[in-house]
Amino acid sequence: MDEMLKDPMVLRQVIMDHYEYPRNHALKKEEGYLNKHMASESCIDDIEVQAKIQNGIIEDICFDGVACTIATSSTSIMSELMKGKTIEEAKHINEEYRKMIDKQAYDEDLLEEAVAFQNVGNQANRIHCATIGWDAIVALMEESEEK
Amino acid sequence: MLDVNRIRNDFPMLKNKSKKGYDIIYLDNAATTFKPQAVIDTVVDYYTKYSVNAHRGDYELSFQVDTQYESTRDSVAHFIHADRKEIVFTSGASESLNWIAYGYGQKKLKKGDIVLSSEAEHASNILPWMKACEVTGATLDYIPLSEEGRITINAVREKMNENVKVIALAHITNVLGYLVPIKEIASLAHEFGAIVVVDGAQSIPHMPIDVKALDCDFYAFSAHKLCGPTGVGVMYGKYDLLQDMEPFMLGGGSNARFDMCGNILLKDAPYKYESGTPAIEAVLGMKAAIHYLEKIGMQNIHEYELSLKEYMLTKLKALDNVILYNDHNDSGIVTFNIKDVFSQDAATFFSDHGISLRSGQHCAKLLMDKLNTSSTLRASLYFYNTREEIDRFIEVCAKINKDTMLDVFF
Repeated sequence: MDEMLKDPMVLRQVIMDHYEYPRNHALKKEEGYLNKHMASESCIDDIEVQAKIQNGIIEDICFDGVACTIATSSTSIMSELMKGKTIEEAKHINEEYRKMIDKQAYDEDLLEEAVAFQNVGNQANRIHCATIGWDAIVALMEESEEK
Repeated sequence: MLDVNRIRNDFPMLKNKSKKGYDIIYLDNAATTFKPQAVIDTVVDYYTKYSVNAHRGDYELSFQVDTQYESTRDSVAHFIHADRKEIVFTSGASESLNWIAYGYGQKKLKKGDIVLSSEAEHASNILPWMKACEVTGATLDYIPLSEEGRITINAVREKMNENVKVIALAHITNVLGYLVPIKEIASLAHEFGAIVVVDGAQSIPHMPIDVKALDCDFYAFSAHKLCGPTGVGVMYGKYDLLQDMEPFMLGGGSNARFDMCGNILLKDAPYKYESGTPAIEAVLGMKAAIHYLEKIGMQNIHEYELSLKEYMLTKLKALDNVILYNDHNDSGIVTFNIKDVFSQDAATFFSDHGISLRSGQHCAKLLMDKLNTSSTLRASLYFYNTREEIDRFIEVCAKINKDTMLDVFF
């Protein structure tokens, strides 16, 4: 794994960078996108995630909405990580991410910048912020498989 | 002025520590409040010494419970200057407001009628009226807020006409904490034959309330926001209105007689609204809470909170990382943000230092239009908060910025 990603200062910068300059942060109007609106009942986060999934491959992911630092940056990082992956690969990444959130052993290399959220489990009330975008892509993958 | 140190001894919650060992500083009193020992004891006493049903049975214990239960009606009536038969026990302000919108709104409103409310309302005083309008064909309209977010008598006057049948407003708005001129609004409404429904959830815990002086037609509140138990509250209504409207729940306790031909003879108000076994221990706890507050004095509580709020505002204004939204309001509700920090991230930072306050959208439209932000922090005070707590709050507040807000995650 990239040695840089072991430095807490770097991880902070990763989160702040994805919060201030979120990637894939504009919804598409073209055909072929599935939509998932994620509005948390218990907090402010209110985002919409879109994915274009064809032949079992996530060709594009984008999102928009109002959300906190953790929700915005974790969704932004997710979008970069999952883009171009097969559904199978993406599901595997998602499983490893959940293990990390749950404080279990996980594959650091697979998660890349998403390791920045390794301590979010210490603030139990913020776990849903770190998973809201991830829940959306899981739902969108399931939706595409049902079709 | 009240003796805050003596008061704090009455509250077991204030002796607890946060997970990291900090004193608990509770600034979410607009959501609910801590309970004094007297209230806790009353609730426990019911289960250890009485424990039987009210209104029923001819035995000693039942009579004792019944007497205490009914004397709560006297305590509440005295507290808000009403008559005991105008006091209906409910599960809280939300249920009270639903009763009114159903029992009065859905029965009386018709197509062409108007219900007036405002953009600053809590969902509990809007959604039941939306439903009543949907069912009856009446229209829900909104009184525009002033530039700072206030409801003024002039704004209400401009909306008044003979089609307005109901004006439903909070006495103190829950996001910005402005006092609404209910007395003037009621007088205007009555000229046009409309009634005024007041959500008192944020006013009655903090100031003296006289429903006769306000001349409102209904007034709703919850006990848990005034040091009482959860799950109990009050619907005050002028007696003729209570008699005229209908309960949406029927059952034991609410009827005098019924027969198999479908004839139901309901009891008079307030009893026709109290079907089923109520939260007896909570009703008794509410009485203990009211007596506790009356002993301190509602005017003392009001003045203490406002002076504490002024102390807090002065200190907040001295910080350069704070944006204030309601520094001219009339209550202990302070709505603010930390510059460049999303409200929820700031709330987590406060929480990590033992300080409980609320982050939220509260009411999206109001915030977007009037405050120019998508979310805010809300610190709401009560009479057991102290200047020392405010000092600590300010100390933590000053530390929050773009660089530190993620500290809790590393």
